[in-house]
Amino acid sequence: MAPLRIVRWLQALLLAAMATAATAAVAPQSPAPDFTLRALAGPNLKLAEQRGRVVLVNFWATWCGPCREELPQLAKLHDKYRAAGLVLLGVNVDDDPRKAAELATRLGLRFPVLLDTDKQVSRRYDMSAMPATFLIDRDGVVRSIHRGYRAGFEQRYDAEIRELLKE
Amino acid sequence: MRTIPLLALAALLGACAAPEPWVKPYERERLADPIMQLSGAATADKHREHVRVVREGARGATGVQGGGCGCN
Amino acid sequence: MVATSLSRLLARLAALLGGVFALGPAGAITLPENRAEALAHAYDGDGVRATGPALLIRKSIADKVSLSGSYYVDMVSNASIDVVTTASPFKETRRAYTVGADYVERDTLISVSGESSTEPDYKARSLSVDVAQEVFGGMSTVSLGFTRGSDDVGQKLVGYFDTATHWQYRLGLTQVLTPRWLATANLEVVADEGYLGSPYRVARVFGAAVPERNPRTRTSRALKLGGVGSLDEKSAVYGSWRYFWDTWAVRAHTLEAGYRRYVREGWLADGSLRVVNQDAALFYSDNATAETRYITRNRQLASYSSIGVGAKLSAPLGKWAGSYAVTAHGGFERVMYRWRDFTDLRSGGRYRFDATVLQLYLTATY
Repeated sequence: MAPLRIVRWLQALLLAAMATAATAAVAPQSPAPDFTLRALAGPNLKLAEQRGRVVLVNFWATWCGPCREELPQLAKLHDKYRAAGLVLLGVNVDDDPRKAAELATRLGLRFPVLLDTDKQVSRRYDMSAMPATFLIDRDGVVRSIHRGYRAGFEQRYDAEIRELLKE
Repeated sequence: MRTIPLLALAALLGACAAPEPWVKPYERERLADPIMQLSGAATADKHREHVRVVREGARGATGVQGGGCGCN
Repeated sequence: MVATSLSRLLARLAALLGGVFALGPAGAITLPENRAEALAHAYDGDGVRATGPALLIRKSIADKVSLSGSYYVDMVSNASIDVVTTASPFKETRRAYTVGADYVERDTLISVSGESSTEPDYKARSLSVDVAQEVFGGMSTVSLGFTRGSDDVGQKLVGYFDTATHWQYRLGLTQVLTPRWLATANLEVVADEGYLGSPYRVARVFGAAVPERNPRTRTSRALKLGGVGSLDEKSAVYGSWRYFWDTWAVRAHTLEAGYRRYVREGWLADGSLRVVNQDAALFYSDNATAETRYITRNRQLASYSSIGVGAKLSAPLGKWAGSYAVTAHGGFERVMYRWRDFTDLRSGGRYRFDATVLQLYLTATY
């Protein structure tokens, strides 16, 4: 009858709304979107080629305060676990890559700094905050996502990296 | 009859999925620039506001905040 | 005296500014960065000269709380038209101290601050609480604020004879519109109760001077809408409009517009224009021709318009002592006031004057 038809309509519209609202977000346990980016020093780097190793991908920018605070902490983690097989990739989203180069040199970053100037990779990873850190296991699956940075986060990264390296 | 306005309302509600933030955190480079700051040095702003408030009848609504880098 | 409105309103405004301005340049909810400021300010207009230093120190403790303290001095030598036509020129000093604390929890910034301002015949104390919350993916910042002020009103040779209490309620929204444009909206309600006039100011009724009589309550509302936009990597433009209205029938529009540009490596120049138009309070009169319950000849409540032209320049001075990034700033403003219903008793015409405001200061972040 008429009321039943209304209910059907509402159900259909709600489903449609939910479908459009749902974003194909990168979430834990989902495969990490592959990308190929130019590195500041050296050749292009492809994420899929790191399969078999634990990868930490950090999105940062020179204009973001918490990002600048986090970078030295990431450098320390890189030095600590590099021999154990950790790959640390810093993806920079500045409009001007020269600023990224300047800061990387000033901080003495030894891990690869990749340039995502046109923000394509950032869009694919759909971050909700800056900085954003993704921990990817040896099978290329995202295991944890960290939004933002506050003092003490590096301890969480440390614990998670150790867990992933054991696998 | 009554079904049509109800359907229209349902369609409207269906179409209005909650809007997603359209400026992503990694697109906020220009907004984080000091040139886009809404407020400057606290002492200077306080003095300027004081000079105006003493001479004018109007006061208030000068508070400014926010903007910037989308960090954290 | 004229300066009573100074401290009365500054105590409130400073409390407001101290809390809200703590959000700093990068916006987004992070603890305000450590900074120190030293300012030398000067005002010259209408026979009033006010100069003095101001200092501010802000430091965060354990990356959890940011504490700040500031000291402000106004050395005023007053020979304004009111003073000169009804009394004699005087000098006095006002000192104000502010302390504040800011705390960040996830997307929320909570600021608490207190201010105490003292001059020979006026004491003002206020306490403020401000909360700012980032919502909608960081695109919107909503802020709420409250200030309660309490003043002791005095008169030279008489002592403290009355009090005034103030409540301010603030609501603000900063909205990111595009990666280049921001919009802001602010609403503020101020409620005053108590002695709201000046024991030295006189009104004119039938040509004779009588002490002014102000209502003992006042509620005012102000709404300000503004925006900032980045034109290119080097320049930005900003503007705002504020509408003010209160229970004393004062209505004022304030329009402000400015342009900022990086003129050299790190040097920032700013040019602005500010236009105000105000309509007088209900019980204001230049020369009353009837006996009314309330009467005032306070220029602040008269009908006037003003145009202010400002210029500022900031220059980075590099790092001092290793960890202090110092910047020098200079600011200059010329404001032209023109009254429509206040007579210059010395010349007989409508009163007008031009004022100059000068600021020279150093800021250091560390």
